[in-house]
Amino acid sequence: MSGTPMQDETRLLKRLLGPAGPELTCEECFEQLDRYVELELSGADADAAVPGMRAHLEGCPACGEDHRSLRALVEAERETA
Amino acid sequence: MLNPLATAAGATVETRAGPPPAPPMSERSEAPPVPGPDAESRAWVVGLRAAGPPREEFSRRLHDLLLRASRFEMNRRKGSHPHLRGGDLDDLAHQAANDALFAILGKLDTYRGDSRFTTWAYKFALLEAAVKLRRRAWQGREVPIEPDHWSVIAGRSESPAAEAESNELLGSISSAIETELSPHQREVLVAVALNEVPIDVLAERLNTTRGALYKTIHDARKKLRAQLAEEGLRFEEDELESTGLTS
Repeated sequence: MSGTPMQDETRLLKRLLGPAGPELTCEECFEQLDRYVELELSGADADAAVPGMRAHLEGCPACGEDHRSLRALVEAERETA
Repeated sequence: MLNPLATAAGATVETRAGPPPAPPMSERSEAPPVPGPDAESRAWVVGLRAAGPPREEFSRRLHDLLLRASRFEMNRRKGSHPHLRGGDLDDLAHQAANDALFAILGKLDTYRGDSRFTTWAYKFALLEAAVKLRRRAWQGREVPIEPDHWSVIAGRSESPAAEAESNELLGSISSAIETELSPHQREVLVAVALNEVPIDVLAERLNTTRGALYKTIHDARKKLRAQLAEEGLRFEEDELESTGLTS
């Protein structure tokens, strides 16, 4: 825990209860991750194209980290292309 | 200007590992249509499907690419793991690149061309690097499966209204964890959601997969939400904002 008590509580509640709506599985998330990131970076509506992805990225800390890393790597690569 | 990828990897040379020229048609195997949104992506697929030296050359280039991605990931996360030295991180990056290359060559036929080939390949390297780093960080550590800091969290809200709301939620969740979840669901949810054990670490200890554990967590969360609903309680972030529970 690293924020204010209020932030800590909200984070804890989020981790315990997860996203409310439908979400992808970890396997489906990995399968779609590259497409989702490219859609995001192109300015397309990635969440509409891959329903359930956003909820899963919020609910699964590991897949969320994988998403942030892939997005950062592709962004950095494009900046130097 | 230095390539940020190269800088992240601790390298000083600006490179962008593209595929070597595609092998001549005579060296290509009889294969299904080549997927890919651009010529470079299709060249990667053709080259990696080829036989002999062309395939070796494409595999070598791909390994270079995966190693750079793995080092990028190590660099992003090294601040969270100050006890790991640069040599350790580079060893892990090499292991991740090797395992990612093996995985990609085994799954090449699953590449559908929905993204550039390099983006598709990067996700394997980043996954391997992240998992290896988390497991190394937890090596030799006991995985806590008891709710050891529950009491520290509960009851620390800053306003009476928010405190009452959050205490009611947390109290109900605490009870539901005890009464509604199976022992396995309780163990997994407490370890991952409460004690922040990385899911890959727990999967390794329990000899299962990230996906299987997340399914367990998903089912446990559904039970908790159903129990809250039965009690007339809900957890939605927009509602928390109105009660002052979010910052």
